[in-house]
Amino acid sequence: MPDSGEMALVIDDLTVAYDQKPAIWDIDLEVPQGALMAIVGPNGAGKSTLIKAALNLIPRAAGSVLFHGESYAAARRLVGYVPQRGSVDWDFPTSALDVVTMGLYGKLGWLRRPGRHERAKALAALEQVGLLDCAGRQISQLSGGQQQRAFLARALVQDAQIYFMDEPFAAVDAITEAAIVNILRELNKRGRTVLVVHHDLQTVPEYFDWLTLLNVEVVASGRTCQVFTLDNLQKTYGGRVASLHGGQMLAAGG
Amino acid sequence: MAERRIWQMIAALLALGILLLPLSQALFGLRLTYTVRVVALGGSLLGALSGAVGCFAVLRRESLLGDALSHAALPGVAIGFLLAGRQLGALLVGAGIASWLGLRLAAAIMRTTRIKQDAALGIVLASFFAAGIALLTTIQSLPDASQAGLDSFIFGQAAAIIESDIALLGSVGMAVIVVLVLLWKEFKLLTFDVDFATAGGLRASLLDALLSALIVVTIVLGLQLAGVILMVGMLIAPAIAARQWTHSLEQMVVLAAALGAFAGGSGAVISALDSDIPTGPMIIVVAFALVLLSIMLAPGRGLLWGRLRQRENSRQFRSRRLEPGA
Repeated sequence: MPDSGEMALVIDDLTVAYDQKPAIWDIDLEVPQGALMAIVGPNGAGKSTLIKAALNLIPRAAGSVLFHGESYAAARRLVGYVPQRGSVDWDFPTSALDVVTMGLYGKLGWLRRPGRHERAKALAALEQVGLLDCAGRQISQLSGGQQQRAFLARALVQDAQIYFMDEPFAAVDAITEAAIVNILRELNKRGRTVLVVHHDLQTVPEYFDWLTLLNVEVVASGRTCQVFTLDNLQKTYGGRVASLHGGQMLAAGG
Repeated sequence: MAERRIWQMIAALLALGILLLPLSQALFGLRLTYTVRVVALGGSLLGALSGAVGCFAVLRRESLLGDALSHAALPGVAIGFLLAGRQLGALLVGAGIASWLGLRLAAAIMRTTRIKQDAALGIVLASFFAAGIALLTTIQSLPDASQAGLDSFIFGQAAAIIESDIALLGSVGMAVIVVLVLLWKEFKLLTFDVDFATAGGLRASLLDALLSALIVVTIVLGLQLAGVILMVGMLIAPAIAARQWTHSLEQMVVLAAALGAFAGGSGAVISALDSDIPTGPMIIVVAFALVLLSIMLAPGRGLLWGRLRQRENSRQFRSRRLEPGA
């Protein structure tokens, strides 16, 4: 199915269960290097679960995940992660610059402290997401969109090969959405692989060249132009998708 | 700018703390006996340690866990006594083990059942504490004079503290602080965003256990002075007070240590003024007076500050609204 070179991510038979009921079931997924892929599906489809299971954040019932042919333990340095914004307490006593610097802790290793070099890198990432003016600001004083961009900057300094982003577009303003899209394209241009949990069906063909439709199982996965069809969307959302004129798609209640 | 102010505040607190003994001697006619000095030193050492460590407990939303763990230490004190007699080391090791078991039990309850955190902590707190009281009551009836005063671990008894206890508190406390400093950025990331930390390759479960161990050790060191019931106050009050003043974790921890040391020292001195004032509770009262002051007065977050700003805002809006019409 994929047509370009090496696989950045290969997921095989991945299953995760909460309380006996599978959250994701028998996921097989291949993501070629350099793909900019959206993971789309209804609420409860297991999109975040898929990412968390791939990153070993939650226990797997079965299955294996390989990053550039290596297990997660061996490939950790290759992986960058943008968690959901709501997953942390934004009243934590720290600044935007500090949050971004946290992305460099893994490379620094035990005992070593971030210094001038790390500070410069973090500031550069803040500039890239348009937050340089907010570097010293306490994170609770950032708007939701700015917080999301701070998370994105933290992932950027990780300088990873594969990025996993969990709903970066959720409840952000237009400026932030544009900034994130720019970053995604920039990463794509540099040959990085990016997987994004996404909610807005209308922007899928515009933002992403690869698409995985997920509803507990993988409904379809491949190039957006081939996968993004009314038939597939109806399979994913259970028929609650209306086709609008001009080929636009809308998920009812999504 | 704001940063400088906090460092100045910390320096002022420390200076005030150092002057505390001579000042209270001059102003209140405090008799600086050996005991008063030892207790004041012990109180401030414990306050500094629990203030620093407590910041992480508060930021991880584990204040109630701290309370459960200190209550859970009581049966360990009793069992330590039964096995080794009245040696502080044995009592504290017993306390630490019991407290750690309480921690594991609470975690196991949450992992294997549908019982939520608050209920799980309630189970651990009540059952361990009840077992501790039952054991202590039984020990009390033993025909042996050495068990006398074992129940002081419930409310703490500062007057019983001697120089060797201070040495223990100082050395173990220093070890805790050293670990905290060495693993600073790891603990910080773990506390702020555990998922990102884990995804980035941090051994989160190991660090989590280590941080919990530091909290347990701090609790155990404080039992003699503050007692199992009030120890949680030592842990969370300085942290809560410090959080009001600063937005930086580094400053928060140092300020909490300074506030804790101040509360510990001055609480001990106040209780020395009158033999009827118990030391442990007095320290906690001072600590929470600092919390109250901080919540009221701290710039930016303080209630008073907020009120003033609100009044200023509405005054400005009113005058602005009137302008174009008039």
